[in-house]
Amino acid sequence: MKQDNAIEIHNLNVCVDDQRILKNINLQIPSHKITVLLGPSGCGKTTLLRSLNRLTDLYKELKVTGQIFIDGEDILKPRNDIYEIRQKMGLLSQKPYPLPLSIYKNVTYGIKLKGVKDKKLLDYNVEKRLQEVGLWDEVKDRLHSSPDTLSIGQQQRLCLARGLAVKPRLILADEPTSALDPHSSKTIEDLFKKLKDQYTIVVVTHILRQAKRLADHAVFMHFGEVIEQGSPDEMFSNPQSPELKKYLIDGN
Amino acid sequence: MSRRKAIIQYFSQGWMMIALFVILLLPLIIGIALTCKSGPIFRLCGLDELLFSSIWKPTGGQFGFLPFILSSLYVTILSFIFSAPVCILAAIYLTQFASKRLISFMLPVIDILAGIPSVVYGMWGILIVVPFVGESLAPFFNVNSSGYTILSGGIVLAVMCIPYVLNMLIESFKTVPNGLVEATLSLGATKWESIKHSVLRKCSTGIISAFGLGLAKAFGETLAVMMVVGNVVQISGNPLEAGYPLPALIANNYGEMLSIPMYDSALMLASLILLVIVMLINLFFRYLIYKTQKR
Ligand SMILES: Nc1ncnc2c1ncn2[C@@H]1O[C@H](COP(=O)(O)OP(=O)(O)O)[C@@H](O)[C@H]1O
Ligand SMILES: [Mg+2]
Repeated sequence: MKQDNAIEIHNLNVCVDDQRILKNINLQIPSHKITVLLGPSGCGKTTLLRSLNRLTDLYKELKVTGQIFIDGEDILKPRNDIYEIRQKMGLLSQKPYPLPLSIYKNVTYGIKLKGVKDKKLLDYNVEKRLQEVGLWDEVKDRLHSSPDTLSIGQQQRLCLARGLAVKPRLILADEPTSALDPHSSKTIEDLFKKLKDQYTIVVVTHILRQAKRLADHAVFMHFGEVIEQGSPDEMFSNPQSPELKKYLIDGN
Repeated sequence: MSRRKAIIQYFSQGWMMIALFVILLLPLIIGIALTCKSGPIFRLCGLDELLFSSIWKPTGGQFGFLPFILSSLYVTILSFIFSAPVCILAAIYLTQFASKRLISFMLPVIDILAGIPSVVYGMWGILIVVPFVGESLAPFFNVNSSGYTILSGGIVLAVMCIPYVLNMLIESFKTVPNGLVEATLSLGATKWESIKHSVLRKCSTGIISAFGLGLAKAFGETLAVMMVVGNVVQISGNPLEAGYPLPALIANNYGEMLSIPMYDSALMLASLILLVIVMLINLFFRYLIYKTQKR
């Protein structure tokens, strides 16, 4: 089995009009590790993450070229089973976006789309996923009320639970803690560390310390290019490129 | 100095209160005035007979408003049936599928359409809709029709309401954050499922209030409808017959027919009925909004 890489990106380019947002990205994302995409804001981290599950489709002005292999399939090829491919990846965005449904239905949303109707199975999933993200005890008495009453940190964990419910193999997280208080941030970070045995995790961040805490594999981006990548210890103690050196000085 | 500020503060707050008070009082004053002015007609017969009688013979002292009320409702409901699907689909297309260039082109166009005076829509109705209904549609159903029909009124009204309602729907849909759409898609929803579960659901109150305001506006719309609807007092379920909506009754006759006894009061009562129905429509939609918000 050469399944060491969950994702392989070849020559990925994303352009708007004549501006290149991502320039010739070549990247391998190792399985069952936390890969951290680090870089100053505006360098294209969100765009790269969106390309991975083709949410770039939503933005007509973006032109995406290149190849992204997930399970040996190039997901950028025109296809009509993109929904199944997206279910292989759970998405956690910068701010939690709970669906305008009850807490219970938020968790079951993705499974129901898959066609599961059995009440017992749905109940089981809700409990299991909320347990996984440590939210069960906090919400088990109000599963059928709106998630609006939860704190932002709880909402973010609910969104994670909802993503896990579709049994993804990857978790894509775009600055998942930037809207959270330190305590909730730590909860999310701890969750990632716990979850990496079962999932491949890609975390975008612009916080250097978070990158150091989480990363098994670090990728430094700058103006749409991957400048350096490698093990975080080596990379951060012995930066090769002037961009990363400068970022490390400014970031601390 | 601080005393002067205090005085200014006091007066400006006072003025604001008065402005608010006037706004609140206005519908009440209008309602009271209309009720008083329509008082005399109740000496002729009771409210139930006025509302539910279909005999309109002012010279004989018989004032039954039912044909007018039904015509108004019929035209309004037809216009709703024609315009609602167009508005929803156009709003979804413009906010979810269209390119940025198309939407930035369409927004001012919709504003312009919403600003066109209703008499222009009426003229368009006479030039295009009436001949179409009279010469193409009616023969197709083997009906003789001048074209000045309830159906023509409904079509013209629908076209008038579309930009108005569409504008509100687009404003509402634009408030849905991209992140919510992305969330549903990432969970495996198709584009259509995503729109249904994120945009339409999130905007359910916005949609209801847009349609409510559109309906209330349609019900009270006078000129354009009057120009194409035929203005014949009758009750008919056939949309290819002429009708005579309430606002048209008032606009056509006020000032001209006042020599007939009680006509004055009758028209005041017609205005009052119009006001009450529009308020009822608003209240009903308020209630729907309240219900959906609670859910
Ligand atoms: N849909 C879009 N249209 C135009 N420009 C875009 C679009 N999406 C992203 N960009 C541009 O691409 C660059 C990278 O954006 P992004 O990926 O959000 O960066 P990051 O997440 O690293 O802050 C920014 O300069 C942004 O303005
Ligand atoms: Mg970003």
